Amino acid sequence: MKITVTVNGVERSGDVEPRTLLVHFLRDELDLTGTNIGCDTSSCGACTIHVEGQSAKSCTMLAAQADGLELTTIEGLANGDILHPMQRCFQENHGLQCGYCTPGMVMAAISLLDENPNPSETDVRIGLEGNLCRCTGYHNIVKSVLACAAESNGASR
Amino acid sequence: MIPAAFEYVRADSVDAALSALTEYGDEAKLLAGGHSLLPLMKLRLAAPSVLVDVGRLDDLRYINDAGDYIAIGALTRHRDLETSSLLASAAPLLAHAAGHVGDPQVRHRGTIGGSLAHADPASDLPAVALAMGATIVATGPNGTREIAASEFYTGFLESALAPDELLTEIRIPKLDTQGWSFQKFNRRAQDWAIVGVATVRANGSTGVGLVNMGSTPLLASAVMNAVKSGANAADAAALANEGTEAQSDINASSEYREHLARVLVRRSLEESGLS
Repeated sequence: MKITVTVNGVERSGDVEPRTLLVHFLRDELDLTGTNIGCDTSSCGACTIHVEGQSAKSCTMLAAQADGLELTTIEGLANGDILHPMQRCFQENHGLQCGYCTPGMVMAAISLLDENPNPSETDVRIGLEGNLCRCTGYHNIVKSVLACAAESNGASR
Repeated sequence: MIPAAFEYVRADSVDAALSALTEYGDEAKLLAGGHSLLPLMKLRLAAPSVLVDVGRLDDLRYINDAGDYIAIGALTRHRDLETSSLLASAAPLLAHAAGHVGDPQVRHRGTIGGSLAHADPASDLPAVALAMGATIVATGPNGTREIAASEFYTGFLESALAPDELLTEIRIPKLDTQGWSFQKFNRRAQDWAIVGVATVRANGSTGVGLVNMGSTPLLASAVMNAVKSGANAADAAALANEGTEAQSDINASSEYREHLARVLVRRSLEESGLS
């Protein structure tokens, strides 16, 4: 079946089997390999993207379900060489070790701040419950998200 | 992991969904948010030959004050429930429990109708629907019918819905809530409850729903009757296992689940204000 999605602001079409998972469509058809497949059981969050502006696990959606919708992947965040503030905060705060969970963490963290712009440390830890870091680098991940929140709150004042 | 092949039909109206169900019968499964069904299909524990996608039926995404009850459209997402100011005041137990389903990503996509219809005893919302005395509205080729939550669950992953029916609405009675509590015991934040308890005390009675204590979501009837007869929280909670059939699995033995049920029911009753 033919589907059309808007990914990172660009309309993209493809011919998929109904059973094609969204993450496979993104990676294999659209060559957007920044979205990782981790557990493949909707536990780890490595495949987190934004669907209509909200975080979602692309291993647990059919590509067909995304037909006509607006998607953002990790590739859609930076503006050329200028990193998205969340990406920069991860970089500055060493919010990654091996980096495998990072795209999903960053996408989940942006969605988290959209819903709660001024989270406590506990809010961040609970808000990222759907993302696992098997390096267990949570300390600096949480620090990165809090830094990004503080920065954007400072900017808006 | 990739599901077995199936035919995909997107319904753009309730009528279209019902026609597809009539046409494909037992072969078809309804797909809402997909966060219960797709994981099963990826594991090939479910292999429907037709998926009827009702996920775009935005007409069924609402939370309305309908006078005597709160009407919730089946396609209302967990995140909508979690953040609804109407539910926060009229059904705080439901809003709170919805905020503990899965994780934020799951709550953005998963729906109340899908969660209730999937009939998983380990899911949070069925126990809440039982505790609150919810009514489930099913729409079929011959119109709609109401099913009490207490009569909805018929077996493991089985409900009273006929193969040609679509769950369209959930009705939560407007209760004069005196107290409520939701207890969820799990090892990782995002996991299903090893055991969970939903309690609401309102209008002179107490409803207690149990998560993962048998093949279906359950009402803790013995506990409810004991409270009605004047038992305190400790004595009532001692009856938490009556009528349950807790299973053993990798997370817990049935004995441990029974222990948890007694402890969590007591906590839940006490948090609801029963001494």
